[in-house]
Amino acid sequence: MNVWLEKQRHLIDFTLASLARRKTKNLGLLLVYTLLVAVLASLTLFTNALRSEAAYVLAGSPEVILQRMVAGRHDLIPPGYFDKIGRIRGVQKKEGRLWGYYYDPVLKANYTFMARPAEEVADGSIMVGATLARERGLAPHNTISFRSYSGKLFAFEVASVLSPDSELLSADLILLSENDFRAFFEYPAGHYTDIALSVANPQEVRNVAAKLSEALPDSRPILREEVLRTYQSIFDWREGIMLTVLAGAIFAFSILAWEKAAGLSAEEKREIGILKAIGWETGDVIRMKMWEGLLISLSAFLLGLVAAYIHVFYLGAAVFEPVLKGWAVLYPRFALIPAVDGLQIATLFFFTVFPYTAAVLVPIWRAAITDPDSVMR
Amino acid sequence: MLFQPAIIALLMAAGIAVLMLAAAAPFAVQVMRHWDIHSGSEQQLAFERRTYLFSTMLSFVFGIQLAALLLFVFNADRLSGMFVGAMCAVGTLNVNDFGFPALIAQIVIFFLAAMWLAINHADTRARDYPLVRIKYGLLLVLLPVLMLGFWLELQFFLGLKANVITSCCGSLFSGDAKTIASEASGMAPIPAMVLFYAGMLFVTLAGIWHWKRGGRASGYALAALSAVAFVIAIIGVLSFISLYIYEHPHHHCPFCILKPEYDYQGYWMYLPLFLATAAGLGAGALQPFAGSASLRQIIPPISERLAGLAAGGYILFTLFATYFVLASNLILIEH
Repeated sequence: MNVWLEKQRHLIDFTLASLARRKTKNLGLLLVYTLLVAVLASLTLFTNALRSEAAYVLAGSPEVILQRMVAGRHDLIPPGYFDKIGRIRGVQKKEGRLWGYYYDPVLKANYTFMARPAEEVADGSIMVGATLARERGLAPHNTISFRSYSGKLFAFEVASVLSPDSELLSADLILLSENDFRAFFEYPAGHYTDIALSVANPQEVRNVAAKLSEALPDSRPILREEVLRTYQSIFDWREGIMLTVLAGAIFAFSILAWEKAAGLSAEEKREIGILKAIGWETGDVIRMKMWEGLLISLSAFLLGLVAAYIHVFYLGAAVFEPVLKGWAVLYPRFALIPAVDGLQIATLFFFTVFPYTAAVLVPIWRAAITDPDSVMR
Repeated sequence: MLFQPAIIALLMAAGIAVLMLAAAAPFAVQVMRHWDIHSGSEQQLAFERRTYLFSTMLSFVFGIQLAALLLFVFNADRLSGMFVGAMCAVGTLNVNDFGFPALIAQIVIFFLAAMWLAINHADTRARDYPLVRIKYGLLLVLLPVLMLGFWLELQFFLGLKANVITSCCGSLFSGDAKTIASEASGMAPIPAMVLFYAGMLFVTLAGIWHWKRGGRASGYALAALSAVAFVIAIIGVLSFISLYIYEHPHHHCPFCILKPEYDYQGYWMYLPLFLATAAGLGAGALQPFAGSASLRQIIPPISERLAGLAAGGYILFTLFATYFVLASNLILIEH
C-alpha cells in the first residue's frame, strides 16, 4: 500500500511541476473552469437559499386555510358557516380572518389590509410593513389617509412599523382593527374572508381537509404543505430551466477542455516521448494526465464554490436575482440565510467535473500512446 | 419533474455511461474475434493501444456508477417532500412502478461494476493482457444491463407526477395510498439478531481467512458469503437496527435512517456495507483466473487486499450497527 501511495505522491509532484511549466495555458483553463463552477454554484446556492427562506416563512402560517367558492371563484364566508364545520377532531383552533387588497394610486401598488383583534390594534390606528413604510416615508405617529373603494376618505395614525425581520411576509401589509376594516371596505357584518385552522398533528392535516371538503362541498381547503410543495417545485423548476440554458455553457466548456487537452505543444509531446523512452508506460502517462485533470478540476471546483458563496451571500447574487427571485412593486428587502446542501454540491460536482473528465479522456489517451521515437526524432 | 437538477445530473451520467459503453462495444467484438497477443501485426498493435483508452474510459464510467447510486438514493429522499404522503425515499420510489426496479438495477450495476473493475485491475497489472477477451466479453454483457438501468431510471423520472396544485381538492383526487411493502419484513428481533451477528461473523472470518491465507476456495467462499451477508445485513436493518435508530417499535424503513433527522446514521452503515460487499464480490470475481500463468503472482495479493477491505468494512458496519442499537433508548427485548 505504501509503495502505491508513494508512487501517486511522486506522480502528483511531477504533475504539479509540469503544470507550473505551462502557466498561461493552465491558468487560462483554470479561470474558465472556475467561472463555470461559480456560475452554476451561484445558481444552486441561491435557489437553495430561496427554498429554505420559503420554508422558514411558511413555518408560522396556519396548517389549513378554508376558502368558500362560488362558481369557482373565491367568495366571502357567510354567517353560520362556522357552525356547519362543527367540531373536527384534531383541529386546535379555528378563526375567521378578514383581509383584502387595496390599490394605492400613489405607489401604484397593491396593499394587503388585514384585521387584527382590538387588543393588538386600536380603532383608528394601523401597523404598517417595513417596505411600505419606507416607500411612503411613514414613521410611528404619522397620519395617513386612504380613499376607500366607496370614495370616502379614512385617516389612520401609524401606531408602529412592523419589524424588518418579518419583511418577506409583511412588505405590503397594513394591520388595522376589525371595526376599521369593516368600515373601510364596507364589509357585510358577520362575513369573513376565509377561515384559518390550526392542526397539531401534521399526519392529520390531510384527514382534516378531507372532512372539511365533505362537510362543506362549496369550500376549498388550502394546505400549508401544498403551498410549500408548490414553492419548492417552482424553485426547482426555475433552477432546472436555468441549468438547461447553461447546459450550452457546460457543453462549450467541454469542447474547450477537449481542445486544450488535445492541442499538445511540440514541447509537451517531446516531454511524453522522453518519459516513455526512460521507462514510463502508457498507463503511467495516463495516470499522470488524470492527476493533472483531477488537480485542475478540484482546484476549480473549490475556487468556484467559494466565489459563488461570496457572490450569493455577500453580494446578493446580482446575476441571477431577476430570474429567480420574482418581482413586485413593493419588493421586500431580505438577507439570505447562508445554507449549503450536500445534495446540491454533489449535483454540482456531476455537472462540472463529470463532463470535463469525459471530454479529456480521449485526448489524454492520444497523448499517452505517443511513440517516443516519433517525437524525439 | 425532469427539470430537477439532480435528476438531470443522474440522467446525464447514465446516458453518457451507456453511450461510452456502446462506443466501446464494436471494439469489444473486434478484440474478441481478432485478438492475438503473439502477433506483431499492425492491427494487434492498434488493439493494444486502444485497450488503454477503453479500460480508462470504463473505469471512469463504472466509477461514476458508484457515485450515481449514492446520488440516486440521496435525491429520492430529498424528492419525498414533493409527493403527497411521501415521508422518505420509499414514498418517492413508490410513486410509480419503476422506482424500486430502478434502484435495484442501480445496485446491481454497482456490484457488477465493482467486479469488472477488480478484473480490469488485475489484467492491467499483467504483461500479456491475459484477461482481455473475458473483460470485453463481460463488457458486452454489461451493456444491456446499463441500458436497462438507464431506461428504468428514465421511466421513473418521467413518471414522477407531482400533484402540485396549491389547493387540496386537486390532491384529494390523487389519494391512491401506497403502502410500504418493506414493512412486511418484520422478523422477530431475537432471531433477527442471531442471524445478523452470525452472518457478519462468518463473512468477516471468511474475509480474514482469505486475507491471511489466500487460496481459491476461501476466495469463492468470501464472495458467496458477501452476497449472503449483504442480504442478511439488509434484513437486520429492516427488522431491528432501524427500530433502535428510530426508537420506535414499528418503524422498519431502511431509508429514513438516511435523513438528517436521524443524523445521517444510515450512511455510516451503508457505505461500509456496500464497499465491503463490493470488495468481497471483487475478490471472488478474480478467483477463476488465479490459475493462469501470468496472473499467478498478481491475483493473490490483489484479492487478499480486497478480502482485508471486505473484512474491515463488515467489522465497521457491525460496529456502527451495534453502537446505534446500544446507544438507543428503545427497549425491544426485556431482560
